[in-house]
Amino acid sequence: MSKHLIDLIDIRKSYGTEDALKRINLYIRDGEFLTLLGPSGCGKTTLLRLIAGFTMPTEGRVLIDGKDVSAIPPYKRRVNTVFQKYALFPHLNVYDNVAFGLKIQKLPKDEIDRRVNEMLELVNLKGYGKRWIEQLSGGQQQRVAIARALVNRPQVLLLDEPLGALDLKLRKGMQIELKRMQQHLGITFVFVTHDQEEALTMSDTVVVMNEGVIQQIGTPTDIYNEPKNVFVAKFIGESNILPGTMKRDLLVNFHGMDFTCVDKGFAPNEPVDVVIRPEDIDLVAPDAGMLRGVVKSVLFMGVHYEFRVECGDVMLTVHSTDYVEPGCEVGVVILPDAIHIMHKSDAPDAAEPLPQEDLPEDAPELLPEE
Amino acid sequence: MVKKLRTFFKGTYLGLMLVFLYAPILVLMIFSFNSSKTMGNWTGFSFRWYEALFKDATIMNALWVTLSVAVISAVVSTFIGTFAAIGLNSMKKRPRAVIENISQLPVVNPDLVTGISFMMLFASLGIRDGYTRMLIAHITFNIPYVILSVMPKLRQSSNMLYEAAMDLGCTPWQALTRVVIPDIMPGIVSGFIMAFTLSLDDFVVSWFATDGIQNLSIYIYSSARRGISPKINALSTLMFVAVVTLLLFINLKSIREEREADIQNKKLRAKSR
Amino acid sequence: MKRTVFAYPYVVWMLIFILAPMLMIAYYAFTSDGAFTLANLAGALTNEMYMQVLLRSVWIALKATVVCLLLGYPIAYLLSKMKRSTASLLSVLFIVPMWMNFLLRTYAWQVLLSPSGILNNLLKAVGLPAQQFLYTESAVMLGTVYNFLPFMILPIYTVLSKMDQSQIEAAHDLGANGPTTFFKVVLPLSMPGVISGITMVFIPAITTFAISRLLGGGKFMLYGDLIENQFITLGMDAWGSGSALSFILLVLVLISMAVMRRAEREAGEEGGGKLW
Repeated sequence: MSKHLIDLIDIRKSYGTEDALKRINLYIRDGEFLTLLGPSGCGKTTLLRLIAGFTMPTEGRVLIDGKDVSAIPPYKRRVNTVFQKYALFPHLNVYDNVAFGLKIQKLPKDEIDRRVNEMLELVNLKGYGKRWIEQLSGGQQQRVAIARALVNRPQVLLLDEPLGALDLKLRKGMQIELKRMQQHLGITFVFVTHDQEEALTMSDTVVVMNEGVIQQIGTPTDIYNEPKNVFVAKFIGESNILPGTMKRDLLVNFHGMDFTCVDKGFAPNEPVDVVIRPEDIDLVAPDAGMLRGVVKSVLFMGVHYEFRVECGDVMLTVHSTDYVEPGCEVGVVILPDAIHIMHKSDAPDAAEPLPQEDLPEDAPELLPEE
Repeated sequence: MVKKLRTFFKGTYLGLMLVFLYAPILVLMIFSFNSSKTMGNWTGFSFRWYEALFKDATIMNALWVTLSVAVISAVVSTFIGTFAAIGLNSMKKRPRAVIENISQLPVVNPDLVTGISFMMLFASLGIRDGYTRMLIAHITFNIPYVILSVMPKLRQSSNMLYEAAMDLGCTPWQALTRVVIPDIMPGIVSGFIMAFTLSLDDFVVSWFATDGIQNLSIYIYSSARRGISPKINALSTLMFVAVVTLLLFINLKSIREEREADIQNKKLRAKSR
Repeated sequence: MKRTVFAYPYVVWMLIFILAPMLMIAYYAFTSDGAFTLANLAGALTNEMYMQVLLRSVWIALKATVVCLLLGYPIAYLLSKMKRSTASLLSVLFIVPMWMNFLLRTYAWQVLLSPSGILNNLLKAVGLPAQQFLYTESAVMLGTVYNFLPFMILPIYTVLSKMDQSQIEAAHDLGANGPTTFFKVVLPLSMPGVISGITMVFIPAITTFAISRLLGGGKFMLYGDLIENQFITLGMDAWGSGSALSFILLVLVLISMAVMRRAEREAGEEGGGKLW
């Protein structure tokens, strides 16, 4: 059993009249890689700063290791942060930046030396100790920032959009390296990002936030396959969202037709939102499909083509590796397991903060569960 | 051909302007070596005014007042101003705007009005000592300039450094002395230099604020009507040369450093390829 | 501990030594024996001699500002066109004279311009009659221009050297020739610098004293000299009228600053030179 390392209980944080966070309840387990995901201004950075101790909650408590730390200043918490723009000290060289925290703790010189060199090696910056910060590339600065935080052996490492300033290729590389470091050191990582792909590839647990409210907590597969509401569905990946009615269990009506699906537990004839991922839709010969449509436009996206298919009064987005000429008539196939049903978002309980369900222990998070 | 002519005109114009700016200064300097007392009549080269200068108790005293006030006021105002800037930087908008506006008063105010207001204040408070008066006045008009030169550095350095330091275990005071202040050092130094030179050069505020003592400016003003002794020429020559040497030294050093940094960066880039 | 604490010593200092003295000027300008009065102000505004001096001060300051702009803009422009390293060295050359005490610099002009001075000696040498340079209004203006010219050059140079070269290239690309580019692109874009230059010359110029004393021989008294006279010569008895004069000067300065600020904002919008 991995225990709760951090508990956030009934957190509210307001700046003046505006609530940055509204009634947040979340726990973070020891050793997990948890990502706070959401658009800018959703409160994810505020949440991180609460854990770090840079701000105090207006209401509620922050527990680390079961102890209330709400009033404890950041320098007394065993939590370290990798800042968004790194916040490296420009007047110190790489070695002194990494050694900074240990020097403040007044550790013996040889221990500092050993740990700093160890850490520089871990982040592949061996031999860079004497360099000045401004002489480093963005990716190298990033590594220094990580080393500077990790060298203190924190209980939790907080990362505030640390990869945002890197170009795509570097970012991909760093994602893998961060994950490797986290697994190697066994330290809890709390990672903030607005990049859904990043969140899905790296995390054990993803927390989707919007407007100061947690929208969904789950494994990356859960979040992608079973979005709880329209916000999550739209924010994670691309999706077609259509209004529909749940006829009964396993049968949904949308676009004027009945479709078999795999969802149940809805009230009979309950209005719902139907989510269909673009890659789950198949294009076939006009007569072989469940729907008929006309291809309006095609975009080449590298791995696949993106089609806009007009079916009567709806426009579907479809991803496929097979090319179809624009203007062609096509058949559209939507299989039962491609359909995901959600409660209407304007339903009163949709905006309520969700209780965090217990996640399965040691689930192979990166693989689909089916 | 046309291009050459143009460069010629440009050069001539800049040259003429420099002559305009430097002519009076050169005249002063040249006549500091004149053997006779009247300026305008060159009677021969001599160091006699330089010798006389160091024997003149009044001038030496004024020089001492000028230099000591400049040093003390620059140090004090740099301290107060730097901490004020740090405090202001983390204040809420409204109180910060109020304080910043009031502290702009000595910058915006004509020196004359500032000087007069000091004169009235000191008389009312019963502060009689001329040196104290001058010192307070100089510290006061220096602080806003220190704040002005520290503030941009502070804004540039971002709150993050302070937070990063605390994140790594620094108490707020440690974060300040070990991270924030070293980082804004260039701003503090230029604030100090600015304060020092402003104090060195001030005449108007000192003239009204102080009573009974003379710094160099006051000495020059009160003797200018009778005609200034060539001793003052000698003194200003010395001070001017000292200042210009210092200035050129600082400038050349920064240019050289820039170039070195450039070269190093190029090397690094070449290596990383 | 909050960092705002660090500002407290200064706030105390500021209240005693900045705010209180300013309030004293206002107090003395509007009271007589402790009672509120407008007499001081009315006296300062109706005195014919005072008003004459005021007008002369404004007029000389205006002329000096225009001359500074006409001389300074080309210098700033030429500097901004040079190689960075040359320009920074040359711009230092234009500032260095400010490092000599302004009284000495002004005094040096006295020496140059005096009847038996160097300029007249030069005239004599080429066979021209000697001129009365010193103690004229032109001499006062010359001294003002000389002392404040660097304040005009610097802000304009700063703006011009930061100007995006691609905007000028864009203008050329769109078919504008040299002069057109200058008047339609460079000049409007440099307006913020011009305006702060004007502010930095005009305001010290209307409030200056001593220059007129040294180069005008006391014949061309400026408003600053008038105020100095009230306080230094007449002493405490004249605090009321002196404060009233200072108050008028301050209002004048504030008005001109407000005008400049508005102009700056408009120039900023028009030229897009500054982004708020």
